[in-house]
Amino acid sequence: MSRRVGSEVHLGLAPSRVTRWAILIVVAAVFAIPLLSLLVFSFSAGLGGGYTLDHWTGLFDPENARPYRTLFQAIGNSFLLAVVTVAIVLVLLLPTMLLVHMSFPRLRRVLEFICIIPITVPAIVLVVGLAPVYSIVVQVLGGSIWTLAFAYGILVLPYAYRAIQANLDGVPVVTLSEAARSLGASWPVVLWRVLLPNLRRGVLAAAFITVAVVLGEFTIASLLNRRNLQTALLQISTSDGYVAAILSLLSLAFAFVLLLIIGRLGSVGNRSTP
Amino acid sequence: MSTPLAIAPATVELDAVVKQFGAHRALDGISLQLEPGEFVALLGPSGCGKTTALRALAGLEAVDGGSIRIDGNDVSGLPTNKRDIGMVFQAYSLFPHLTVLENVEFGLRMRKVAAAERRVRAQEALDLVGLGERGERFAHQLSGGQQQRVALARALVTRPRVLLLDEPLSALDAKVRVQLREQIRRIQTELGITTLFVTHDQEEALAVADRVAVMREGRIEQIGTPEELYVTPATPFVADFVGLSNRVPGTLTAGTITAAGTTFALLGAPQPDGPVLAYVRPEDVVLATTETATGLAATVVASSFLGSLRRTSVRLDDGTLLSVQHEVALQPAPGDVVRIAFRGTPVSATPVG
Repeated sequence: MSRRVGSEVHLGLAPSRVTRWAILIVVAAVFAIPLLSLLVFSFSAGLGGGYTLDHWTGLFDPENARPYRTLFQAIGNSFLLAVVTVAIVLVLLLPTMLLVHMSFPRLRRVLEFICIIPITVPAIVLVVGLAPVYSIVVQVLGGSIWTLAFAYGILVLPYAYRAIQANLDGVPVVTLSEAARSLGASWPVVLWRVLLPNLRRGVLAAAFITVAVVLGEFTIASLLNRRNLQTALLQISTSDGYVAAILSLLSLAFAFVLLLIIGRLGSVGNRSTP
Repeated sequence: MSTPLAIAPATVELDAVVKQFGAHRALDGISLQLEPGEFVALLGPSGCGKTTALRALAGLEAVDGGSIRIDGNDVSGLPTNKRDIGMVFQAYSLFPHLTVLENVEFGLRMRKVAAAERRVRAQEALDLVGLGERGERFAHQLSGGQQQRVALARALVTRPRVLLLDEPLSALDAKVRVQLREQIRRIQTELGITTLFVTHDQEEALAVADRVAVMREGRIEQIGTPEELYVTPATPFVADFVGLSNRVPGTLTAGTITAAGTTFALLGAPQPDGPVLAYVRPEDVVLATTETATGLAATVVASSFLGSLRRTSVRLDDGTLLSVQHEVALQPAPGDVVRIAFRGTPVSATPVG
């Protein structure tokens, strides 16, 4: 993807090797220092100095189950939200995109535009609009946490759309499904045996990035008074800074692993697109 | 020889089929009948509706009128997957996530054929197209020609009633194209499967088909054997599209054309008298370089060597350009003055003005 070295245009403006490294190190430090500090803090044994594993072990100690109950509940909520949001993406967005791509190509620009909108709307504006909607959602479906996935389903549209569309563009979806149809496949079989295997990378990338977005979302959950990992972290950080630090690190690590997987999906396993 | 892919050939009838795309009438009531085991080519320029006709037969386009029958049963209401057809597409259409063998097995899997039998039949189909050794490869490891051969095996393995070929050769190199079209014809003859072949390449259509239907603007202009189309084109369009033709200005009087000092009988439907353009084949023009030859004087414009023959463009004194086909022994050079005569074979013509 980024192999443009050969065709690069040299304007004589490129920074020197030393400057480039300096920039890289400064930028890396900006990101790394807070995280490293967080890591060091999570091992620190208080104001007296020294290091301890107590904060880490204490988190998983059954004796502490009670004080951390709401926290673990929030983690469970976040995972539930991630699962429901992924389901919304797969059940609503994917079939819509396939339908538009295959049968209504003229609507492609419209769909793309709609899917990009959420990235341009600040979360706070979204909440102002969502608050009255959710007062009705709560009346109809109850106030349980999973209903927040409707808002998240909108929030992840730009990312999920991009991930799926990139894959869709590289696969001759129409020809493949017509070939499968001519061989006797019904539409569900075409979807399951022909389209999904060839869109595997895009769909997985969309799912992972959805999980990453949901596990990082704070504003909407907080302003709609829902408890997910992020809001619980903020709450607990006022009473127990160590636990907040540890869980922040863990959730960051988890999101980082997800992003690594997405990156690998893009580079390996592309036997479908030589 | 009994072949494992033996197929019960079907008749195919398209009857007054109409297909409308918005304001554009892609199929304007076309009727076509294929006898069991017959190989028919649909030939025409791009946008003439030939692919739409094939896709209508496949069920990939819903028709707006008329009926489509396979073996006498109206299939107009049936979805593609219930029509029992085999189809090869213009674009490479092998499933990229499956091996060659799995691709060929796909249709059998859809028909719930047991795994062991599936494997045997798929292997036989691959052997038939000469790719028995490539079963474990993936599509991207094959050349374009090989991919289309696998697609042919995949289309035939289910023993469909009809084989539909939608310009399967147009993405291939010239040499591979000729080899593959001969292989397609050989396999088709061997299996005796009713086949509809869509192409814009008149040479290809004439070379492989039992009958050729020439299409224009959603209608069939003429249907006949390759020889009939070539020798007795029913319309000027067919004369122009099938093979090469010279347009020679002349006058039509009572069914006889007088052009360039020669009289020609008129082919096709009678036309009113008046000035016409006569369509004369390059091989119906005689070129002579000897000084004693008679005929019209003409100046050589260009001459090209085509292997077994030579084609020379000459300009008559009145400015008409003519293409002449002759033996390679004659080698006229540009600027030479030669003599031209017509054999006087019947021609088709179109009114001028």
